[in-house]
Amino acid sequence: MAEWSDHAISLGLRRFGETGAILEVFARTHGRRRGMVYGGASQKKRAPLQAGNTLRVTWKARSDDNLGFFTAESENERAAVHMADAEALAGLAALSDLLAGALPEGESKPALYDAAETLLDMLGHNDVWPALFVRWELGLLTMMGFGLDLSRCAVSGSNDGLTHVSPKSGKAVRGSEAGGYLDRLLPLPAFLIDNTAPATPVDIRAGFRLTGYFLGERLFADLNKQIPEARLLMIDRLVRAGRLSPG
Amino acid sequence: MINRSAGPEILRLIDLLSKLPGLGPRSARRAALHLLKRRDQLLSPLAAALADAAAKVQICRLCANFDTVNPCSVCAAPGRDNSVICAVEEVGDLWAMERSGVFRGRYHVVGGTLSALDGIRPEDLNIAGLVERAGATDVREVILALNATVDGQTTAHYITDRLAHLPVRVTRLAHGVPVGGELDHLDDGTIAAAMASRR
Repeated sequence: MAEWSDHAISLGLRRFGETGAILEVFARTHGRRRGMVYGGASQKKRAPLQAGNTLRVTWKARSDDNLGFFTAESENERAAVHMADAEALAGLAALSDLLAGALPEGESKPALYDAAETLLDMLGHNDVWPALFVRWELGLLTMMGFGLDLSRCAVSGSNDGLTHVSPKSGKAVRGSEAGGYLDRLLPLPAFLIDNTAPATPVDIRAGFRLTGYFLGERLFADLNKQIPEARLLMIDRLVRAGRLSPG
Repeated sequence: MINRSAGPEILRLIDLLSKLPGLGPRSARRAALHLLKRRDQLLSPLAAALADAAAKVQICRLCANFDTVNPCSVCAAPGRDNSVICAVEEVGDLWAMERSGVFRGRYHVVGGTLSALDGIRPEDLNIAGLVERAGATDVREVILALNATVDGQTTAHYITDRLAHLPVRVTRLAHGVPVGGELDHLDDGTIAAAMASRR
């Protein structure tokens, strides 16, 4: 009999049969896991299991490769708090769909989990979290083995004046060193390499374009998947709210 | 044991009944036996009713409700308020609203919610039809009666955006303490939602 307990972020719930549900979670030390929840389709059980909520889950199965069963206790029901806030809910949906789509099953990623918890807790602060989301996506790329090297220029080795990223190598480049290749490089917003730099709507948009390129062309392409629709809807919503520059 | 005691027609009946909500193989056997014992009072009328429904029930071209007439009897009913459209996820939700008797406007069945886990995208839902109906000159309000789940409310925000260019008021059902509910037994999220929408 396999069994473990862990803190977990719910990534979503789908009905299974008439009364049950399959819960998908990102557990702190057990990674992305799925399991059946008895009575999970009931109104009472469904509320705490909404995507984005933090749970204390116990998973049991005959063996580790079985689907298994979850029992879950709510630790933070933030989904209900954000339901009326279109921007926060879009961020919550994008984060849970990115995790559900990108994470391999059963691989422990505690640092990514902690960062996701922090980001989820910040979703009520709409002037702060979009920039944080870009940083979190950079972290997601790193944890999944597609990290960008923003520490020094790929051409000169210098660590100042970095303005672009090579879409080919994922390494930072000084615009002045790029020569005729400048228009093929992705702009690197300053707030991604300097924590004190302001994150303007133009910068955050450039940040999402940068991470979006590597998420789509590397991480999700490698998984033979598309970037989740929820990320596109989130960016669209942030643009309309004036948090990101259009175009 | 049933394989030896029943013919293929009965086995097929049991197999089909067991696919209905609330019935498993054991309860399907009991239901089949009950129908067979009451052939004239139940089995034949049920078979006729099923055949009738299969032949006549259609999806309403306006609201996507089920009915034997098209447009459905709710859409065709005179005296209902044409200026308000209530958008619901499924036909069952429309029937629930009608049972309550509190809404006298028109309906629109969206057909589900946006969901990455289930692969449902905006184009898979009947949202374009709602936008088109809401654009009619006499529509003043669209009520989004979608479920209070992350997927339901994400869909509600998406529909709100799609309706933003129209001169209609977009409202939603309230979230909070259910009638007869005791605070002590409510989950934290429901209490938080109720507190946020207090008046």
